[in-house]
Amino acid sequence: MADKVLVLVGTKKGLFIVEGLSGRKSWIIKGPFCETWPINHAIADPKTGAIYAGGGNEWFGPAVWKSTDFGRSWTHSSEGLAYPEGETPIKSVWSLAQSGDTLYAGVEPAGLFKSEDGGASWSHVQGLRDHPSREHWMPGGGGLILHHIVADPADQKQIWVAISAAGVFHTADGGASWEPRNRGTRCDYNPEEQRYPDYGQCVHSLVLAPGGKQLYQQNHCGMYRSQDGGKSWESIEHGLPSSFGFPAAAHPRDDGTLFLCPLNGDIKGRFMPDAKTAVWRTRDRGASWQAMRSGLPQDNAFFGVLRQAMATDRLEPAGVYFGTNTGLLFASPDEGDSWTTAAQYLPPIFSVETLVVPG
Amino acid sequence: MVRVVLPRILQGLFPGCCLELEVEAANVAEVMDRLNARWPGMRDRLCDSTPKIRRHINVFVDGEKASLTTVIPPNGEVVVLTAISGGL
Repeated sequence: MADKVLVLVGTKKGLFIVEGLSGRKSWIIKGPFCETWPINHAIADPKTGAIYAGGGNEWFGPAVWKSTDFGRSWTHSSEGLAYPEGETPIKSVWSLAQSGDTLYAGVEPAGLFKSEDGGASWSHVQGLRDHPSREHWMPGGGGLILHHIVADPADQKQIWVAISAAGVFHTADGGASWEPRNRGTRCDYNPEEQRYPDYGQCVHSLVLAPGGKQLYQQNHCGMYRSQDGGKSWESIEHGLPSSFGFPAAAHPRDDGTLFLCPLNGDIKGRFMPDAKTAVWRTRDRGASWQAMRSGLPQDNAFFGVLRQAMATDRLEPAGVYFGTNTGLLFASPDEGDSWTTAAQYLPPIFSVETLVVPG
Repeated sequence: MVRVVLPRILQGLFPGCCLELEVEAANVAEVMDRLNARWPGMRDRLCDSTPKIRRHINVFVDGEKASLTTVIPPNGEVVVLTAISGGL
């Protein structure tokens, strides 16, 4: 049987699993899972099918949930997911990533934890919060959150993280030491002579393209690529309708193809530009961009797409998915050329990831 | 021994946990220790790492709102409730 796609949709009120049928043409919705906790991000281990969902609940605090049976049953843990006594407690888990057999969790207030036992217990990656810049880290509109963790599949000691609004940080030694990697990314909200600081940038999304040579980031202030592991960034926003947006999603095989959802600006409602929905695609590493609109709402699209709410799958051709802050999930089975509505009336969508399983 | 009453919502997080039980404890922190020993992880759901009772969890000892250091008299009753929280 053909492989099928499970779309993991983290929402304000639980995790949903949206399962693709008939070659990604129709969809069934399962959930809400995780006791309807806000789920900021969910990922799956492609080898085992284990699903991990990170979030936080106003009553019960932060946790990482785990299911090994595609959502039928769940456990949760926050064992070790804590700062030392007296420090501001962790409010929520914001991002998850897997590198080999190690799981990573990014949290609010910004910090990084890792688990070597499949999420049963966690330990603090202290080196990041030891960075001398930490006392200057400022929260963005969503809080002081570590919202993206990018692990290099070829070198498990190499990790990039994105913190709002502290910027991108990189470790080459598995988390013991870190350095900011923001050169060339702009802070439009700083005085003119301070527009390019070492850190303090409001990065919104960070992705590593397949092959490990290209990093892309959607920033509050522009769209960028790096070909040297983030040591320097160059703008690739020319041709886009806006320099502002949240998510970015890489193609599973082509390092020159990237998908974005630019919005109309940071103080104009953060809607689709002209209220017409489009995903913007480049095939040439950001040298040029094309709007993908077929099947997407072209009138009164007064919604946004949040920083972790777009993903691709690994099928051929690649599927692309994005969820809105109004609970719509759109799916393309053909790399953005055409779109269908996979789910509607969900709670506000915080994150979208995919898992391909045997049909 | 003190009597402890837990909110039903905890059964969704700790399947099979009972809602009323008796434990040996001299204060609320010790109640949390007993609960965590019986259902690992329950303390993290009710207390933060400060450590304090979570902001939206209320604990009452014999009808009076309590903190982790509140002393529980012999045969006292500890009631754990979820506080009003949420919004949309």
